[in-house]
Amino acid sequence: MAAFLLRRLVNYMVLIAVATSLAYMLAATALSPRSNYEGRNPRPPAAVIDAQLSRYNLNDHTPLFERYLRWAGGVLRGDLGSTWNGDRVDAEIGRRIGVTLRLILLGVVLGSVAGVLVGAYAAVRQYGWFDRLSTAVAFVVLAIPTVVLANTLIIGAVWLNDHLGAQIFLVSGEATPGFEGGVAGGLLDRVKHLVLPTVSLAVGQIAVYSRYQRNMMLDVLDADFIRTAMAKGLRRRTALVKHALRTALIPAVTYFAFTFGSLLVGATITESVFGWHGMGEELVASIRTNDVNTVAAISCFAALAVLLASLASDVLHAVLDPRVRVG
Amino acid sequence: MSGAVLEVRDLEVCFGDVRAVRGVSYSVEAGEVLGIVGESGAGKSVTSLAVMGLLPRHAKVAGSVLLHGTELLGAPEKDLAAFRGKTISMVFQDPLSAMTPVYRVGDQIAEAVRIHQKVGRERAAERAVELLDLVGIPNPRQRAKAFPHEFSGGMRQRAMIAMAVANDPDVIICDEPTTALDVTIQAQILEVLKKAQRETGAAIVLITHDLGVVAGFADRVLVMYAGRQVEAGTVRDVYYRSRMPYTIGLLGSVPRLDAGKRLPLVPIEGNPPSPSCLPPGCPFEPRCPMAIDECGLAEPPLTEVAPGHRAACVRADEIGDSGPTPAELFDVGGGSGTTGPGFTDTTASADAEGGAVPMPVAVPPFPVRLPRERRDVVLEVEGLAKHHPLMKGAIFRRRVGTVHAVDGVSFEIREGETLGLVGESGCGKTTALMEILELVRPERGRVVVFGRDTATLTPRERMAVRRHMQVVFQDPLASLDPRMTVHDLVGEPLAAHGYKDTGPRVRRLLRLVGLDPADAARYPQDFSGGQRQRIAIARALALEPRLIVLDEPVSALDVSIQAGVINLLEDLGRRLGLSYLFVAHDLAVVRHIADRVAVMYLGRIAEIGQVDQVYEAPMHPYTQALLSAIPIPDPDKERERRRILLEGDLPSPANPPSGCRFRTRCPKFKVLGDARRVRCVEEEPEVRMLEGDHGAACHYAEKLDVV
Amino acid sequence: MMTLPEEEFAEVQADAERLRVPSRTRVVAGRFFRTRQGRLGFGLLVFMFLLAFLGPVLYPWSYTDMDFSAFMQPPSLDHWFGTLQTGSDVYAVTLRGAQKSLIVGLLVAVLSTGLAAVVGSFAGYFLGWTDRTLMWVADLLLVLPAFLILAIMSPLFTGGRWPLFVIMLALFLWMVTSKIVRGMTKAIKEREYIKAARFMGVPPSAIIFRHVMPNLASLLIVDATLNVSAAILTETSLSYFGFGIQPPDVSLGGLIADGSRTALYAPWTFWFAAGGLIITILSVNLIGDSLRDAFDPGAKGRA
Repeated sequence: MAAFLLRRLVNYMVLIAVATSLAYMLAATALSPRSNYEGRNPRPPAAVIDAQLSRYNLNDHTPLFERYLRWAGGVLRGDLGSTWNGDRVDAEIGRRIGVTLRLILLGVVLGSVAGVLVGAYAAVRQYGWFDRLSTAVAFVVLAIPTVVLANTLIIGAVWLNDHLGAQIFLVSGEATPGFEGGVAGGLLDRVKHLVLPTVSLAVGQIAVYSRYQRNMMLDVLDADFIRTAMAKGLRRRTALVKHALRTALIPAVTYFAFTFGSLLVGATITESVFGWHGMGEELVASIRTNDVNTVAAISCFAALAVLLASLASDVLHAVLDPRVRVG
Repeated sequence: MSGAVLEVRDLEVCFGDVRAVRGVSYSVEAGEVLGIVGESGAGKSVTSLAVMGLLPRHAKVAGSVLLHGTELLGAPEKDLAAFRGKTISMVFQDPLSAMTPVYRVGDQIAEAVRIHQKVGRERAAERAVELLDLVGIPNPRQRAKAFPHEFSGGMRQRAMIAMAVANDPDVIICDEPTTALDVTIQAQILEVLKKAQRETGAAIVLITHDLGVVAGFADRVLVMYAGRQVEAGTVRDVYYRSRMPYTIGLLGSVPRLDAGKRLPLVPIEGNPPSPSCLPPGCPFEPRCPMAIDECGLAEPPLTEVAPGHRAACVRADEIGDSGPTPAELFDVGGGSGTTGPGFTDTTASADAEGGAVPMPVAVPPFPVRLPRERRDVVLEVEGLAKHHPLMKGAIFRRRVGTVHAVDGVSFEIREGETLGLVGESGCGKTTALMEILELVRPERGRVVVFGRDTATLTPRERMAVRRHMQVVFQDPLASLDPRMTVHDLVGEPLAAHGYKDTGPRVRRLLRLVGLDPADAARYPQDFSGGQRQRIAIARALALEPRLIVLDEPVSALDVSIQAGVINLLEDLGRRLGLSYLFVAHDLAVVRHIADRVAVMYLGRIAEIGQVDQVYEAPMHPYTQALLSAIPIPDPDKERERRRILLEGDLPSPANPPSGCRFRTRCPKFKVLGDARRVRCVEEEPEVRMLEGDHGAACHYAEKLDVV
Repeated sequence: MMTLPEEEFAEVQADAERLRVPSRTRVVAGRFFRTRQGRLGFGLLVFMFLLAFLGPVLYPWSYTDMDFSAFMQPPSLDHWFGTLQTGSDVYAVTLRGAQKSLIVGLLVAVLSTGLAAVVGSFAGYFLGWTDRTLMWVADLLLVLPAFLILAIMSPLFTGGRWPLFVIMLALFLWMVTSKIVRGMTKAIKEREYIKAARFMGVPPSAIIFRHVMPNLASLLIVDATLNVSAAILTETSLSYFGFGIQPPDVSLGGLIADGSRTALYAPWTFWFAAGGLIITILSVNLIGDSLRDAFDPGAKGRA
């Protein structure tokens, strides 16, 4: 068992290393931090720019491989390098992970729980009105890109705020800057900011989970063991909750781990539209600002998140399903 | 019928327009066993699920089901749930899918206890352990904590029975309780059922397709066909004085362990009607050799033909108590040698029929067959071994041991000969067969095909050998690519070996196996099971092979269809001088078709020899137990036989016992003195030829008549 | 050597009334069009195609034209969907964007599914080193953040080099499917008809293309359909940030990005592009779902 886990971890490390290196090479070749300095007004002298860039290990006149080695050496010591204007990448990333977590946690949990419930109920009442309605709604929701959904939510919120004459929904940022009004007021302010992004994340998740759970549930509804449970004397409803839902829940839970991992860097649009300064927004910003080291760091973090999520989903699967547990 | 515990009257079940069950009535009394027999699709299982009220919601059920006089049909769910598992309980066919995979076995049994009895969690768990002990599971306290997938098939079925008797029911419905199990395990489970019945005094409704099981176990029998009961009565009445041609045919089509080639199998032509388009008259009329015009007009009612014996046939009275034998009725030539040379090619005339076409059964005398020793050896296997890693865990996979699937197997097949390779699941027979088919150097030992050692074959030579060695698999639907037409399927080996213009040849092959050449444009899904197997056989014959390897070729088929395929194989073998390696778990089928038989246990051959010698005087204790466990469809004979029950399950092939692999379950080992046992524990027995070419791998082999 | 008895060779009445067997395609198509969902999806997609490619034909404005007499005008007879701040005609640019989205979606889906089929079936059939190597590459691509890589490479897609964008997008979409294909190939390989073909002497590549792939056709077709919407959505997200289809060409994502800023007071700049996108994706998803049911009627819903 230990040897197996070790082999798997080594494989993960190799994958992360190769992926991050590839991303670094690509970013270092394609992005030009030099242009950031050259675009300044007044334009600094070339020697100054060179010195500045070299200090941050961003000078494109240094051979790529040399830059790579210096960067990789730093990463191995736990130093992710500097941004194009000299800030520490580690600090920036650390701050933004917190923001992203605060943003997605509620949306993902809400979306998965509601989606599973909707899907399970739709399956039990297959072809009933609820099933038809939830299927139709899920199809429409799945066809709405996050961009459209998020912007539509903002349009709707602004319209509502205008008509009610009160700022019920706040559409930009995580909290009102410089807000004064005590702890309770501050919390309320944060909630007002959180509602719309959470909805925009959760709606899509509900649609995905409800479709998924409905199919899983349909697969077990006719299973022999449900018949056995009823033959023992359980009522249909009890048999469905105790035996069918418990069994059909396994794939949804493992899927949850996976979604969570991919959203850590994947909530780009939600973050950008609602002005949350999280990882996803940083991803776009770092490319726009030719920030090579940040791009590499985000790649590393994304690779880590995906692999940890897949490991977590495997572990969860093994915990929930005795059939795949190691004997 | 005052003593009836369960009474079913005029039960009808419809799924949409499909009438799956049409007017079934029966009753059982306490302590009585009612057998319900019929082929797949006859409506047996639907009947029992309807009684339990467990059919899907879209099923329409009519009639009456009285449990102790209380009507169950239409009762509210609350009342039904109170009866289910308490007064009436059920044992399902496939115990793996019938148990919730994510809960422990003990908890699932305890749940059954707690639904109907007001006891605490601890007490229920305790009761579950007692029940597991009752059904003969060793270490019940420890095994109660296991999950269903950690149990073997036999253990799971024991646990299902424990669940069914948890609340001391009055009726137990058993739906094919032993179909998924090996025969020695089946014998154990039937014993457990008998014990459960003794303990609870319950009535048992036993649903099965196995006429042998019913013969030994049931008091009364009900025969179903196309959703109706066609004959009912005591076991002896139905088996010895059958009044319905279908029953007669069914009994005649079962290969019997106690009769070799002397008794030809009687296939029933055609297929059962589809329940969605039933003929207006008797549903058996299209297949019945006794049909007269009247049969096609209206369905004959079930009438009493003798006290307690009812049959649904207009000619039941004509058939009488000493009716025709199956062979007479279905117009099959008697034993071999009764008809003259040549055979009637009936295939052309019968093309019009949708079903299986009658095959010529009469056999031409083989042109001066050489004695066995002077015929060529077609396949020689010597010390063949195949080990594969044993992996555990689906996600965190790792190797936990080595499975000695095949561990030193030797046999030979000569020209024109059929060797039956038999054994229970896990004995390595299929692995051995795959190793032979790969035509590469085996891990250990030697495989010589047509005089060529597979270890030294070049790719080109291997192709040449493949030409002469073909294969037929168990499940014809799985072995025929569903995306290809019959023409492409049968022509595929021809194309692979570079033949062009395969059309005429494919049509000839289809005729040869009794199919209509016009069917070449259809897909395998359009055919019935028996016809699909005929397609697979036609494909195997395409390159005119000398040796055909058959992996359980008839075990997926119903008995009446199976008989036709066995007859076809037998007939083709004789006419074309083929050699067969016939792998099967059904010893009765093998007795019928094989010349020689090799019995495998845990990767090794236990006994090998001429069929008649092995079956009539088996020498290895395993063969003896195996043969004694196979039920014979003859009530008197079956009840007189002495059954040698084996204990426990097959040991893991990853960790076989030292010395003789069978000693842990061997009935002979138990009665040996300590001094003689040492040899069994320490020395692995090799196959010794004891009488001519009849050999057994047992230090203390002696003959015993068990059939 | 055996010979078949003479009478067996009596030639069969050649090609007597061949039974008319409905082809599989026809059966699936029949099942597909019997469902309301399938008809709706197909109808919507055909509508979008006709609109995108025939809609601009007789319309006076092209997507490059600018009407300097009408900035930010609501829909009128002259400009059916109104105009943008630049004077561009919304109808013309939206249809142009829809054209691009449809083409990109279809091409990416075909490419990525084809790649997934080949990689997955070879890995699953041969196993061993072939499998390990191919699946390692798949894992690596899964781990790389696709959005980021594509965004970095976006300057390369300028000047009509959008086919490169299509190829890159396809390169990041095949991995999950190929893993499914690999798993199914492993299962199919154990099926008896593959074993039968092997023991008949059919070579491995022939087995893969003749037996394995046709039996995965349903999965692949359904997957290709769903990949169309995945591709369109990814393209939209990238274009929203300006990393996708590059000017002077337009795409729906870019239009939505611009439109969202003016949507509050000039809804026509946002809703036509958004609506076109939603209808396209909805139709593709409906088709994919109905196709899955049509291929495999037993898997879901028991009618």
